[in-house]
Amino acid sequence: MINTNEVIETIKMIQQDKLDIRTITMGISLRDCCDSNADRCRQKIYDKINFLAKNLVKVGNQIEKEYGVPIINKRISVSPISMIAESSDEENYVKFAETLDKAADNAGVNFIGGFSALVHKGFTVGDTRLVNSIPEALSSTKKVCSSVNVATTRAGINMDAVSLMGRIIKSTAEMSSSENGSACAKLVVFANAVEDNPFMAGAFHGVGEGECVINVGVSGPGAIKAAIEKVRGADFEVLAETIKKTAFKITRMGQLVAREASSRLNVPFGIVDLSLAPTPFAGDSVAYILEEMGLEKCGTHGTTAALAMLNDAVKKGGTMASSFVGGLSGAFIPVSEDIGMIEAVKCGALSFDKLEAMTCVCSVGLDMIAVPGDTSAETIAAIIADESAIGVINGKTTAVRIIPAIGKGIGDIVEFGGLLGSGPVMELNKFSSADFIKRGGRIPAPIHSMRN
Amino acid sequence: MKAVVTVIGEDKVGIISSISKILSECNANILDISQTTMDNLFTMVMYVEVAKMNVEFIKLSELLEKCGKEIGLDIRIQHEDIFKSMHRI
Repeated sequence: MINTNEVIETIKMIQQDKLDIRTITMGISLRDCCDSNADRCRQKIYDKINFLAKNLVKVGNQIEKEYGVPIINKRISVSPISMIAESSDEENYVKFAETLDKAADNAGVNFIGGFSALVHKGFTVGDTRLVNSIPEALSSTKKVCSSVNVATTRAGINMDAVSLMGRIIKSTAEMSSSENGSACAKLVVFANAVEDNPFMAGAFHGVGEGECVINVGVSGPGAIKAAIEKVRGADFEVLAETIKKTAFKITRMGQLVAREASSRLNVPFGIVDLSLAPTPFAGDSVAYILEEMGLEKCGTHGTTAALAMLNDAVKKGGTMASSFVGGLSGAFIPVSEDIGMIEAVKCGALSFDKLEAMTCVCSVGLDMIAVPGDTSAETIAAIIADESAIGVINGKTTAVRIIPAIGKGIGDIVEFGGLLGSGPVMELNKFSSADFIKRGGRIPAPIHSMRN
Repeated sequence: MKAVVTVIGEDKVGIISSISKILSECNANILDISQTTMDNLFTMVMYVEVAKMNVEFIKLSELLEKCGKEIGLDIRIQHEDIFKSMHRI
């Protein structure tokens, strides 16, 4: 029998607190699409995505209707294209990005991830070609997302890759300057990238994954905030318990949708990613959760502790709710996609340096941050190096997704549109890191990487 | 398969009658009804057997939504598993 209170609580969470499934992401291996002829390789890629993902959007919509749970995005992630395209002798991979874009259009999904390379220890021929193709590929396509993994705890930091990515981000921004550099919003530089992340822009189908898999990303900052509003003033034990219980419910919903999608599509279920993913709309903000905990503004002293507790409690609640939790799982802190973060930057409460500190305890990293358009490639590279170091030393995933706003200066507002939101250009340290970046080579793996 | 119909809004004459008419036309059997007031809003929860329906689930969902718009209430139907999975171990 159904309990009325439970029914009403669920409906409130969905209707008032904007609880939703953020994404159903189908991971597709393209390893069998390798071909020495690039055109044939692209045809195989297109056909395979077409075949496997043809019902993805339809099934997503069906589940949404039957269960009454909004499913915001349907997406596809594919094997890192550098590994597939390098079977051909083509030197520029832009056409591969165009094929992915076309396949995404045809499947009706809003993003396709996997224009990616894993270069944490070094570049293969295909990796170099792919990375050099990123600026043109991202500015000439709409739905393709790209990621590059430049460091891992086991391998250390590939500083040549870090330096190159500084230049790539800069030139991606320049090539899409008419759209406020929004192509950079589709590019993530990772340390310790995960293979089963369903969230964009960093999703790719890892090399250890199977043929095809369904991963689901839940969300629900609003539901967590609504729950902790009810325990205002209570101590941290009560606060942690409340967050855990809500995260449990959110993840159970994700698990149900993931199982259902997997069975209807006849594709194995991979993981549920229990991330708190904010949107620019009111009531869907991670910053507001931190403020509800008792901080006047997100970014003030205490913010890192509040975020650490939130991130941990979300994981603990979610872990029990799903048989397989994976992806990034935790709290995202993108600036332009979170109304509370935007406000905190505007009023001077949240600085770039504080965001960096917060990435030590959040689930990913420096995300959706607009920086001055005249920021040098070396400074961008140094930001990536800092972020990678945090990931490598702490054994966690970190990432950099920043947007040099060409022609704009500190405090100017940059619009990216839709779920990507808008944000003020943030101030960076004005002193140079150029000689540090120029050194090149690799930063060795930390001592605790030797665990065997 | 069982589903839950929820009606939220201002209380008025004929709510149950309008909804049960649609359910009976679709051959969906009402198993239980309960109603309560939440934040001054009338809330009704119906537990319905939808296994032997003569229309698709989505069709019934559309009919109920349309009926809700006509009488000015928020009416929805959801598979019962969503509630069970979220609140019970």
